[in-house]
Amino acid sequence: MTEQAYNFAYLDEQTKRMIRRAILKALAVPGYQVPFASREMPMPYGWGTGGVQVSAATLTPEDRLKVIDQGADDTTNAVSIRKFFERTAGVATTEATQEATVIQTRHRIPEAELTEDQILVYQVPIPEPLRFLEPRETETRKMHSLQEYGLMHVKLYEDISQHGAISTAYAYPVRVAGRYVMDPSPIPKFDNPKMEMAAIQLFGAGREQRIYAVPPHTRVVSLDFEDYPFEATRADHVCDLCGAADSYLDEVIMDDAGGRMFVCSDTDYCHTRREAVA
Amino acid sequence: MDGSSLYAGGFRNAPVDAAHAFRAAMTAMARPGDIRPITGAEPPAPLSVAAGTLLLTLCDPETRVHLAGAADRPEVRQWLSFHTGAPLCGADEADFALGTWADLMPLSRYRIGTPEYPDRSATLIVECDALANTGAVLSGPGIRDTARLSLPDLGVLQGNAMLYPLGCDFFFTCGDRVAALPRSTTIGAEG
Amino acid sequence: MYVAVKGGERAIENAHAWLAEERRGDTSVAELSLAQIREQLSLAVNRVMAEGSLYDPDLAALAIKQARGDLIEAIFLIRAYRTTLPRFGASRAVDTGAMACDRRISATFKDAPGGQVLGPTFDYTHRLLDFKLAAEGEVPPAPQAAPRGEPTPHITEFLGQEGLIQPEPESEAAPRDLTREPLEFPADRALRLQSLARGDEGFVLGMAYSTQRGYARNHAFVGELRIGRVAVEMDIPELGFAIEIGEVELTECETVNQFKGSKTEPPQFTRGYGLVFGQSERKAISMALVDRALRWQELGEDFLGAAAQDEEFVLSHCDNIQATGFLEHIKLPHYVDFQSELELVRKLRREAEERIAHREAAE
Repeated sequence: MTEQAYNFAYLDEQTKRMIRRAILKALAVPGYQVPFASREMPMPYGWGTGGVQVSAATLTPEDRLKVIDQGADDTTNAVSIRKFFERTAGVATTEATQEATVIQTRHRIPEAELTEDQILVYQVPIPEPLRFLEPRETETRKMHSLQEYGLMHVKLYEDISQHGAISTAYAYPVRVAGRYVMDPSPIPKFDNPKMEMAAIQLFGAGREQRIYAVPPHTRVVSLDFEDYPFEATRADHVCDLCGAADSYLDEVIMDDAGGRMFVCSDTDYCHTRREAVA
Repeated sequence: MDGSSLYAGGFRNAPVDAAHAFRAAMTAMARPGDIRPITGAEPPAPLSVAAGTLLLTLCDPETRVHLAGAADRPEVRQWLSFHTGAPLCGADEADFALGTWADLMPLSRYRIGTPEYPDRSATLIVECDALANTGAVLSGPGIRDTARLSLPDLGVLQGNAMLYPLGCDFFFTCGDRVAALPRSTTIGAEG
Repeated sequence: MYVAVKGGERAIENAHAWLAEERRGDTSVAELSLAQIREQLSLAVNRVMAEGSLYDPDLAALAIKQARGDLIEAIFLIRAYRTTLPRFGASRAVDTGAMACDRRISATFKDAPGGQVLGPTFDYTHRLLDFKLAAEGEVPPAPQAAPRGEPTPHITEFLGQEGLIQPEPESEAAPRDLTREPLEFPADRALRLQSLARGDEGFVLGMAYSTQRGYARNHAFVGELRIGRVAVEMDIPELGFAIEIGEVELTECETVNQFKGSKTEPPQFTRGYGLVFGQSERKAISMALVDRALRWQELGEDFLGAAAQDEEFVLSHCDNIQATGFLEHIKLPHYVDFQSELELVRKLRREAEERIAHREAAE
C-alpha cells in the first residue's frame, strides 16, 4: 500500500471525529479521563500511540510540529514519530520550541514558556493516578466519582513516615481545577509547576484508551501536606554545556572512573542558549 | 432549496476542512468566551455556517442528533443525514442538539452524564442572533482572569455549572463564528 | 567533550537496512514465497489470522515473512493494516451447524450422528522427528472418504433435547465492537468472547490450564470440537436478501460443564464456548474453558478469587499486541524519570546519613 493510500494524518475521518469528540469532553471536564476507542496504530502500544492519535486529530496542514522524547528532539522515538507525521500529514516540523504550534512530548515539558497559540500533547503510559493503589478500573472510576482521594494522601504520607519525604519523583499526582486527581504522565516533578500554562494541554493514552486535558490557565496543584510542601527538584548543578541553572538536567557518565557531567534535558533550550552566547 | 442541494454544502476537502473546523471548535472549548471563525459547510436554512460546520466536523453514524424547533426541517434532516449519517433522536438521547436557545429549552431534557462517566452528556449547539464579548463574566479553566460573553440565560447556565462535573456543554454559533461554554466555567452576572 | 547525541534518524535507517538483510538471510538459499508460507506453515498463518482478527491467508503469510517468523510481530502488522480498512458492512452470524467438517470429535459420547472424525490432527502422532522431511520427501495422497451429504448436528443439541443443558438465549442485538469502542466493565459475554477470540493463545492457554489445576475448577468435558469451512453471508439491502460472499475455516469448541441447579431450577449442564479462525484447536478449547470460568456470576457461582474468573484481569491482559508494546516500551529512554529517582535516592540517603551522624554525635 502506498502512502497516498492513507488519509491526511493517517487516521480515517470517522476515527478522527471520535477522538475529537473525546478531546472536547476532556476540555470541558479538566483532568477527567475520557474513554475513547483507541485504534491500532502502526507503532507499538506504549510508544506514543495515544499521543499520536491526539496529534493526528488535532493537526492542520499549516501546523508546525515538534516532537520530543525526554526533552530531546533527536531521541530515536521522537525522530520516528516526527517522521511519521512528515510522511502522513505533510506538516512542517521544527526543533525550535517557540516556532512549534503543536508539540508532542514524552516525559518532559519544554523549559521555554509556552504561549496561547501552542498545543502540548503528552504521551501517557498509565493515565490512572490511582492505578498503583488500586488495579481495578471499576474501583478507581468509583473513587474519582466520589472524590475518594484519601488513599492517595495516605500513600504519600506513608512515604514521609518511612523516608522523611514523599518518594514520588515523577508522574507526581496533581489536582486539576479543584476536582480530579490526574496523572501528569511521567514528567519529573520539576515540571509540575509549569502545567499552569497558557497553552492547551492534551493527554493521550492509546493502550489504556483514555484522553484527558488541561485547558489554559487552569489551576493544577501538586498534592502535598502543609508540613511537607511539594518541591520541584532538579540536580544541584548547572548545565555543563550552556550554564543554565534553571533547567532540568540529564546526568551523563563520562568515563570508566564514573566521571559525570550534567546537561540540559531540553536540547532546544540548551542549543538556543549556546547560540545566544556565540 | 431545490432537490439537488441537499447533496451540496458539504466540505470541499473533508480531511482539511474538518481539521480547521475542529481546531476552531477545540480552541473555543479550551478558551471559554473566545469567539472564533469557523467555516467549511454551507448548510440549508435556517442553519448558520458555523452550526453546519460543527455538525459535519463532529457528527457521524455514531452520534445521535436532536434538531430542535425551527431547525427540525426536512431540508436540514436530509442534509445532515446525507453528509453525516447521524441518526436523529429526541432531546433526552442526544449527543448533540441544535437550535435556538428558546427551541432547545428546557435544559433538563438533556443528558448530563453520570458520576462515573461525566463525558456522556449532551453538547448543545445554540444558534444566536448575536455573539459578542459583552455581558456575563466568565472565569475558571481556560480563562486567564475573566472573559465576557453574551449568554442567552444566566440562571439556567449557572444551574448547569452547579452540576459540575456533570452537565451539558455549549457551542454558541452566529453566522460563521463560534464560542463555547463548558460546564466548568463559573458564570457571574454582568458587572 | 560531550556532545548531545545526534543522528537518530540515520541510526534508524541503518537499523532498518540491516533488519531487511537479516530477514532475507543467506541469499544463496532460495527465498520463501508467500504461497509456501500459506500452504506449508498454515497453522502459523491461522494463528496470525485469528489474533490479527483478519481472515486473509495471503496477507497473514506476507506478515509472517516480513516479521521473520515472529508471530506476535506478524499479528501486529495485520492489526495495524486491518484498522485502516473501510467497513462495508457486517455479515450474518455464521452457522457452524452447517459446517463442512474436516474434523469433529466429542469426548462425551462414544458415537453420535456425524460420527467421530479425527481429521488432520497431530493427536496420535508420535512426536518423533521425521528426518525424511529434511530430505523434502513427497507425501503419498491420503485416503478419501465420500463427503457427508447432510449437516453434522451439534452434540449439545442432543443434551438440549432433554433439557439437560442450559439453553443459550438467542439475541438479535448487535454485539459491542471491541475495536470501535473502548473496553468497559462489566463486559457482557459477547464482548468477552470477542476479546478471547483475538487474545494471545499462550495467555488464554495458561488461564485455561489454571482452571484445570484448581483455580476456579469447572470440570469441563469437550462436548464437541469441530473444524471446517462455513459460508459467510451478507444481507444486501439493495437486493433484499443475503448472498454468500465467501467461506472461512473455523474451529469451534463447546465444553459441557458440571451441572448446577438451584431451588427454582433443576440440575443442568452448562457450557463454555470457543470459536477461532482457522484450525486453532488449542486456542478454541482454551477459550471455552476461560469463557466458562468467566460466567460464574450469571450462573450463580462463587467468585473464588481465581484469575480466570476475573474478567477485568483476563480482558485487560489477554491482548498480546497491547502487552508486548507496553512490555517493550521500557527499553525506550527513561533518562528523565530515572534522573528524578536518582536525585531523590541520593537526597534520601544523604538525609538518612545525616540523621545517623546526628544520633551518633548525641550519644
